[in-house]
Amino acid sequence: MSDNDRADELTGAQSLVRSLERVGADVVFGIPGGAILPAYDPLFDSEKVRHILVRHEQGAGHAAEGYAMATGKVGVCMATSGPGATNLVTPIADAHMDSVPIVAITGQVGSAAIGTDAFQEADIRGITMPITKHSYLVTKPADIAAAIASAFHIAGTGRPGPVLVDITKDALQAKTRYEWPRQLDLPGYHPVTRPHGKQVREAGRMIAESRRPVLYVGGGVVKARAWAELKELAELTGIPVVTTLMARGVFPDSHPQNLGMPGMHGTVAAVGALQRSDLLIALGTRFDDRVTGQLSTFAPLAKIIHADIDPAEISKNRVADVPIVGDCKEVISQLISLLKRDHRPVIDEWVRYLQDLKRRYPTGYDEPEDGSLSPQYVIKRIGEITGADAYYAAGVGQHQMWASHYLPWELPGRWLNSGGLGTMGYCVPAAMGAKVGQPDKIVWGIDGDGCFQMTNQELATCALEGIPIKIAVINNQSLGMVRQWQTLFYQGRYSNTDLNTHRIPDFCKLAEAMGGIGLRAEAPAEVDAVIEKANSINDVPVVVDFVVHKDAMVWPLVAAGTSNDDIKVARDMAPAWDQEEL
Amino acid sequence: MAGAANTHILSVLVQNKPGVLARIAGLISRRGYNIESLAVGPTESPEMSRITLQVNVEDVVLEQITKQLNKLIEVLKIVELEDSAVRRELVLVKVRATAETRSQLIEIIGLFGGKAVDLTSEIITVEATGSPAKLQALLELLEPYGIRDRTVRPGRAGARQSITDRSQSAQRAPEGRSGQLAKLPRGPVGGRLPDHNSRALTFTRTTHQGRTTKCLQRCFTTERPTCH
Repeated sequence: MSDNDRADELTGAQSLVRSLERVGADVVFGIPGGAILPAYDPLFDSEKVRHILVRHEQGAGHAAEGYAMATGKVGVCMATSGPGATNLVTPIADAHMDSVPIVAITGQVGSAAIGTDAFQEADIRGITMPITKHSYLVTKPADIAAAIASAFHIAGTGRPGPVLVDITKDALQAKTRYEWPRQLDLPGYHPVTRPHGKQVREAGRMIAESRRPVLYVGGGVVKARAWAELKELAELTGIPVVTTLMARGVFPDSHPQNLGMPGMHGTVAAVGALQRSDLLIALGTRFDDRVTGQLSTFAPLAKIIHADIDPAEISKNRVADVPIVGDCKEVISQLISLLKRDHRPVIDEWVRYLQDLKRRYPTGYDEPEDGSLSPQYVIKRIGEITGADAYYAAGVGQHQMWASHYLPWELPGRWLNSGGLGTMGYCVPAAMGAKVGQPDKIVWGIDGDGCFQMTNQELATCALEGIPIKIAVINNQSLGMVRQWQTLFYQGRYSNTDLNTHRIPDFCKLAEAMGGIGLRAEAPAEVDAVIEKANSINDVPVVVDFVVHKDAMVWPLVAAGTSNDDIKVARDMAPAWDQEEL
Repeated sequence: MAGAANTHILSVLVQNKPGVLARIAGLISRRGYNIESLAVGPTESPEMSRITLQVNVEDVVLEQITKQLNKLIEVLKIVELEDSAVRRELVLVKVRATAETRSQLIEIIGLFGGKAVDLTSEIITVEATGSPAKLQALLELLEPYGIRDRTVRPGRAGARQSITDRSQSAQRAPEGRSGQLAKLPRGPVGGRLPDHNSRALTFTRTTHQGRTTKCLQRCFTTERPTCH
């Protein structure tokens, strides 16, 4: 215990800032306002906590997520009561869906005014109850240190997630004795990280006996930082791997055993592997509807080993034959030591079949005949020129799926996207947060013209705070994914999806107005030059307006509510599955 | 009311913190389920409360509800009250009673161990406690006389004879969904709770029923419920 942890007479606000310093929160993204104002006074003096003044609280929340994803630490955002707090609702929900550890600190009206519909009062704890892992309403200054300590512990351990700490203005203003809790008072919180030995042995037995096993790997393996163990397990057994949207990069795409992403826009090989498997080894994944398609026809022949740190995910959507509650790192390590001793599955025929599928149905695209720019080509070139050792954030929509397919996913933890909630507007602030967390790495945001217009004001934050991110606006002048569905399922009736983004707004001028640099490419020949130019700029944010053709579609596609068996590789084109009977 | 086969009563031990009932009720409702009956009461320890709630759901859904409830930081322990547990409800009901029917009504009430707690020239107010089935039978007998005011059934209280621990049910194999639930011994319950909590549970099993009933009655004799 250091000296400054001894009981000192401080204000609640000073106690808050000292608690943040104590817990190692070096960056806070936020905006001040009336109720949180007392906290900003001592924050002004803190030498350990850097506050980054954003332009919208949603940006603060997504930046905290980006920071958390890029560093593995808990991200922090701060806002005032009422509208400040409600603007955090979207990023908090996003973090909840994607298990991102963040702590959101909000000011609240004075405790005497709670419940009176006071100015800028909103019951943010009540509002966020369904979308937080836990939340606190702190009304006494003496409780602030313990709430912050507990919040960071809860956010970062077990299944990570967002924790809200709502502090009344009077609690921030009043004097208290700062005392860092010696131990946390959380009698009901005991995340299970060590798997049950009997369950793991049963899993090992099933793996050894399987003939068509698949490692179905989700974001939990990224959160558990278990990529080395995963690679060892995969190479030890030779079992094919599919990586969900949240897990891209946790297993190298160039690895021959990687079949790519499963799901609605997954590769034929990955979807086919799940559908024909006799054993899914599901690690840190939750059988999301975008992966399973119609649940009743998902992987109909497979037994399920489901390992997750959250017991509630197990058998939620698909009943597990072998449920394992535990941290993926420990689960995989134990499986490795078991399978090293036991015999391993004989799967040569299965691997041959899948490799053939992978060879016959690579994820590809056609270049447009009119010579205009194809979005897939742009994204592919960004990845090829920039390389795998960069961080890539995406918005939500077609460009997100193409980023997932065509960027070089060789390294873990480099991919930031809004998978569960599907939050348009995630990209720019998340890229900002990632760049703050990894200042020496290149951070590209692959954004759509629709998404970009939701949160691009954070470019001003980036310009002023010295956060030189790069944003590729994949500008197809429309809400592309919705437009694709209108093409396929609404007879091409493009109701309200045309954004007319060609020059309105002018993204280059917008970038310049925000203190950045704007570049544009409209033809394939211009692409490499602007990417290289963007990569060479390292002092201000760069926006590249890639004007692409609007009719590009994301393939493969499993239409919503249909079976994975009905995957299409292009319009009205299903893969030919059965060259050989397994 | 749905089939009795799907009726489950959960006894949820929680930290006595503001908002904990809202967390539990909100969680069950947002996952798409309905609470049929709810009672909240103090335990021996001022730091803990007990929430007894009834849901009519299938076993698979019950498992999901209890797992989700267990994720709430303030939930300490969940047990399912099995059929053999003592279940008690309180009803307060106003029945039309004329001079001719009054004695018949008093006889019926007496047979069910109830009391006439208020009487006017036209109305008799009946208080009765007992098992849900017994109270249902009473209400059916009173019905023909004319139930004048809404029946107040504030919620079900339960005490365990045999209990099913639902706190750590995650690693159960599905084929043994109910068979593998931990059957706890009849002594003080340990598990996740620190030692001082087990006293409260022992106490709860022996006298919780009386405590809860008292608590609920207090709610009806004052203007506003005081025990929640």
